[in-house]
Amino acid sequence: MDFIILKDVTKTYPTGVTAVSGLDLTIKKGDFAFIIGASGSGKSTLIKMLYREEKPTSGEILIGGVRVEKLKNRKVYKLRRKLGIVFQDFKLLPKLTAYENVAFALEMYGLTKDEIRDKTLKALDLVGLKDKAKSFPDELSGGEQQRVSIARAIVNSPKLLICDEPTGNLDPEMSMEVMKALEVINELGTTILVVTHDRDIVNKMKKRVIKLDQGRVVTDSEKGTYTVNEKR
Amino acid sequence: MKNVRILGRNFRDGFKNVFRNFSLSFASISCITITLLVVAVALIGSLNVENFTKLISDDFTIVAFVKNDASTEDEEKIEAKLNKIGNIESITFVSKADTKKEMMESSETFKGIMSAWEEEENPLSDAYQIKVKDIEKIEKTAEKVKNIDNIEIVKYGEGMVDSMVSIFDLIKKVLIVIVIALVIVTAFLIVNTIKITIFSRQKEIEIKRLVGASNFSIKQPFVIEGLIIGLLGSIVPIIATIYGYNYLYNYTGGVIFSQFIRLIKPFPFVFYASVVLLVIGVVVGMIGSNRAVKKYLKI
Repeated sequence: MDFIILKDVTKTYPTGVTAVSGLDLTIKKGDFAFIIGASGSGKSTLIKMLYREEKPTSGEILIGGVRVEKLKNRKVYKLRRKLGIVFQDFKLLPKLTAYENVAFALEMYGLTKDEIRDKTLKALDLVGLKDKAKSFPDELSGGEQQRVSIARAIVNSPKLLICDEPTGNLDPEMSMEVMKALEVINELGTTILVVTHDRDIVNKMKKRVIKLDQGRVVTDSEKGTYTVNEKR
Repeated sequence: MKNVRILGRNFRDGFKNVFRNFSLSFASISCITITLLVVAVALIGSLNVENFTKLISDDFTIVAFVKNDASTEDEEKIEAKLNKIGNIESITFVSKADTKKEMMESSETFKGIMSAWEEEENPLSDAYQIKVKDIEKIEKTAEKVKNIDNIEIVKYGEGMVDSMVSIFDLIKKVLIVIVIALVIVTAFLIVNTIKITIFSRQKEIEIKRLVGASNFSIKQPFVIEGLIIGLLGSIVPIIATIYGYNYLYNYTGGVIFSQFIRLIKPFPFVFYASVVLLVIGVVVGMIGSNRAVKKYLKI
């Protein structure tokens, strides 16, 4: 079943730069896919359009049957509640503990205290950080911080997890730590998209690899690799 | 239930934020405090001036004396004509017997002299006390009363009334303009101070948006913060109003310049004024933060 469908999607920024042009792509439910490509190949724009931070200039984007590009601004939050997003810079609030950072989103959805505790601890457990629940971000390693942000992204059991360079700030060991956490989440049925530059993790994970160049898909292979000569 | 929980959490966060960023909150609070102090003075001033005008209107009545040889029928005609004049609030007929009685009660000397008078000998005149609706038109009304047959003398506080009323009216209008201008200026200042607070919390707003918080739920803690700031900002002005006005009232004995200009009694007046100050503070605080946060919710 196709969970994400992009049809002839083009994005031209007001500056005149065309980041994505005529892109077609489908992602199945439960997929784990890497999106790779050189800087400026349109990776970031592509995922920004998926969580509706940017709107495509033309084309259609469907996620779970919802026309994302047609969503009204004030309805965007409904889409975001069904997605988890993980960033390169973690985006954790420094004054909140790991637990509070994860619970933060649920509080705004109006869940009860018990529901929040259950879900938050479950999410932290899933990324292997249950025992660090009371630590503040600056007491955690980079890999741990990124796993906290993954826990926050999955705490509401989203169907889709979007990761923008999740290992960009991490050393290889920590990167694998994060990737393992993502693999566990994927096995539980969540569709995962990872935008990355990190050749090592792509080659080790042996997942679907979608390569972009100049805003188009140039290669799309199951169990693909990130090889040097493929690079532009 | 869900929304109650969200509201509860937003109140908690609003409180936390006021005290966590207290130096910035303090700027907004002081801003509201100073404005409200001036607003309090202007408010109390204009309400008192309003009161003076009312008191004067009450005190100044047209007194029309009826000619002594007028018959009861004549008096009926006078009454009918008075009723047609317009701008008349009430007409009270005071017979000469009433006047005599009143004067006798007011002093022993009068009593001594007047008790000797027979009913027929009473040299006083019957009179009408006429209260007007619009004190500013008292002169014209008095003129009309004077033209009625069998009316002998018409008295009212000529000149003085007109000028006092128009001065008070001017003062009142100026004070109201000051209040409105100050409230608007403060609202703008609050917008700017709260903008600085929010600037330091852009990351928080960004994350909230990304994890799927609706604009409303992002805004709410900030608006509550504005409410708390308004509340805290109105404490000093309210205390100043209650004690300050009370002191003024006691110091002056409730009267300024002449017996006509009486201050409004402090209780419960100061409490009404305090409520007005509180409402202005809270509303300005809330509107200020609402406007300030809007800018960061572009999506």
